[in-house]
Amino acid sequence: MFQSYDPGRFYDEMFAAPGEVRESCQALAKRFGGIEEAEFHRRRAACDEHFLRQGVTFNVYHDNRGTERIFPFDPIPRVIPAAEWEHLENGLRQRITALNLFLHDIYHEQQIIEDEVIPRYHIEHAKHYRPEFRGMNVPRDIYIHICGSDLIRGDDGVYYVLEDNGRCPSGASYLLENRNALKRVFPGLFAGMNVRSVDSYPRELLSMLHHISPHREGNPVCVLLTPGCYNSAYFEHCYLARQMGIEIVEGRDLVVMDNFVYMRTTKGLQRVDVIYRRIDDDFLDPTVFRKDSVLGVAGLMSAYRAGNVALANAVGTGVADDKVIYRFVPDMIRYYLGQEPILPNVPTYLASVEEDQKYMLAHLPELVVKSANESGGYGMLMGPSASKEEIAAFREKIIAEPHNYIGQPVISLSSCPTWCEGGVAGRHVDLRPYIIYGEDIKIVPGGLTRVALREGSLVVNSSQGGGSKDTWVLKA
Amino acid sequence: MVRYIERADNLARLIEVNERLLLDVGSVASGRPDAFWRSILASTGDDEAFDTLVEEGEVVDVVRFLIEDPRNPNSIRSCVSQARENARMVRDQLSESLWEEINALYLFLNSPGGSRWFDSNPSHFYETIRRATYSFHGIAAATLMRGEAWDFMELGRYLERADKTTRFLDITHFLPETGDEGIDRLQAILSSCGGLAAFRELYKGALEAANVNEFLIFEAGFPRSVVFCMDRVDASLHRISGTPRGSYGDEVERASGRLLGELAYGSVEDVNALGLHQYLDGLQTRFNEIGEAIFRSYVLLPETSDERPMVPPSSARAVMDWQIQQQQQ
Repeated sequence: MFQSYDPGRFYDEMFAAPGEVRESCQALAKRFGGIEEAEFHRRRAACDEHFLRQGVTFNVYHDNRGTERIFPFDPIPRVIPAAEWEHLENGLRQRITALNLFLHDIYHEQQIIEDEVIPRYHIEHAKHYRPEFRGMNVPRDIYIHICGSDLIRGDDGVYYVLEDNGRCPSGASYLLENRNALKRVFPGLFAGMNVRSVDSYPRELLSMLHHISPHREGNPVCVLLTPGCYNSAYFEHCYLARQMGIEIVEGRDLVVMDNFVYMRTTKGLQRVDVIYRRIDDDFLDPTVFRKDSVLGVAGLMSAYRAGNVALANAVGTGVADDKVIYRFVPDMIRYYLGQEPILPNVPTYLASVEEDQKYMLAHLPELVVKSANESGGYGMLMGPSASKEEIAAFREKIIAEPHNYIGQPVISLSSCPTWCEGGVAGRHVDLRPYIIYGEDIKIVPGGLTRVALREGSLVVNSSQGGGSKDTWVLKA
Repeated sequence: MVRYIERADNLARLIEVNERLLLDVGSVASGRPDAFWRSILASTGDDEAFDTLVEEGEVVDVVRFLIEDPRNPNSIRSCVSQARENARMVRDQLSESLWEEINALYLFLNSPGGSRWFDSNPSHFYETIRRATYSFHGIAAATLMRGEAWDFMELGRYLERADKTTRFLDITHFLPETGDEGIDRLQAILSSCGGLAAFRELYKGALEAANVNEFLIFEAGFPRSVVFCMDRVDASLHRISGTPRGSYGDEVERASGRLLGELAYGSVEDVNALGLHQYLDGLQTRFNEIGEAIFRSYVLLPETSDERPMVPPSSARAVMDWQIQQQQQ
């Protein structure tokens, strides 16, 4: 299968050079190499069928209502050797620790602004900053309980952090289901390969939720708050709730009385201690945020302030994963922890800083320009592949709204052998590990490897032609 | 969810029995085939939608309309889509295999293969639907916790089934007279209810209209008879509310208890006194009343101590958009 594979000029996860398999992938290459192409084809189709039957699907934003798609799955796994994973794990621990210290600081003394590490201007312009929550203490002083940081790998093989998703990171269900599908369809593949298990994720998630419960007595009641069945990630909400054995609720199933949150059941009201919420801050409570929100729960914020209910993630964490604030995360690590960042950032230019803007406008065809407040690959300019018109349009936008744009050099993501029409070819991948911050920091080995299925594309988002792979972290 | 599955199942049975009857009648009388389908269209309440399409000058195949037309909210395909959509919403409460079964049926009906199959081998097509619903009920019975959710499923299933059994019996009302006793029809009705063998055993083969009516309405031992279904409905209602059976705590239980009493102590003479069609019509009205009362008691939540803004139905689309908007990073 891999005879004619050409890793190209990028860092390839499996091949060091044409015909030269990396040490960590040799067993895998051998086993896959022994599968006839027709057989591989048949099993790949069986994977798709499995996902379809299971209804592991998502809805595409901005698409017609009811369009359901399976997240394309490529059966060739991405392998991470033990030592590499240890490095990543250390870097991610360091990062989430610093982000949480930053959030505590920003919502209390704001020492980091006083000490001029981050200009006040940037904090106050961050869309998801919630000044009204200053001075409030959150349970166990943890803000980001679940973080999905996106990692990419440049030509030099160095892992960079591309962004930290600290509000409602999604995709963990695909990580679990990819492993299930691969085990089911290629059962022989795993024997003797020393692949670390990923099954612990729902358990770790639940024990984190228990840890942040404000009430010590009895078994805490945890619920997952979903926006509803039309949300693109509704499958994931059901899946995780089911795996954890907790109730999935919508705003209308909860009610607040005397600053306690209760769930309506047919047997009466039941007190809720912890809410794993998958809706945005803005929609949580119509008496505090958007008045017209029917997705939220009236009075939830006062119960939260009173310390009677815990939210994961906390309110206002969006200031930490803001694309502008991102630029300062390495400074945070140095400031709060007195350490050098283990995982580097991608160099970032802020259009709201004069010299940076000048640089950006002069180098637009080489840069990726992102809107500070959008995610999922929307509102983005890919300089090298953009037309003159698109570049001109972004130039205007940047000048009109400088605080809304950042620029980064194009990092050509690493590639990984992927099945495509007409054989196996290299496609670009990123990696999203899921970090859970409860009593300890737990990171499920690996994460979700997303792959850009279109040739040459660097956009891995599921909404824009991305797929995913199983991620194998090998035992030491 | 279960109600839609039951509806799809029964619709497949109805269409099949009608097609079979049509083969026989076509050779005996020269009645227009349209009349047969009218009865089914009327039974699902889709005659108006159908007529509108016809008036717009479209040549609509009745069977296709009933089976797979997305414009018909009660077509088999629409029912299964709706059941699957409801299942998706409560997926956290279903067993994995139950979800898979319903999803597989949905995928089958929406695949090009499913359509082709229907064209080339309709009876196999109906058989597939029937088997899928049997296995749905089997998986549900084998894997679901017996709790409130289960009782609500039972409620939906048996209320729908009771209604559809009366529709089966009512078919003859819409068919032209054939001159004979209509034995073939009775046999077709019984077999589409899966009750031919049970009937033969019980009545030693005396295939008469009165016996069939008695069997399908009053036979407490047959799982598709009206009285059997109503007994299940009544039992589920009482398990949900906790009120002992034989008494009632709300209007739903009162209505179901009263109807059950009438059926349990009734006989085929009641049917004859009114005429079969009238009698069945009366039952169908009662089922609807019970259905509406259930909706009032259990689905509409009283708005207590809730400050959330009311959503006018016109903005349901807006709520959906908000749900879609919630960023999942």
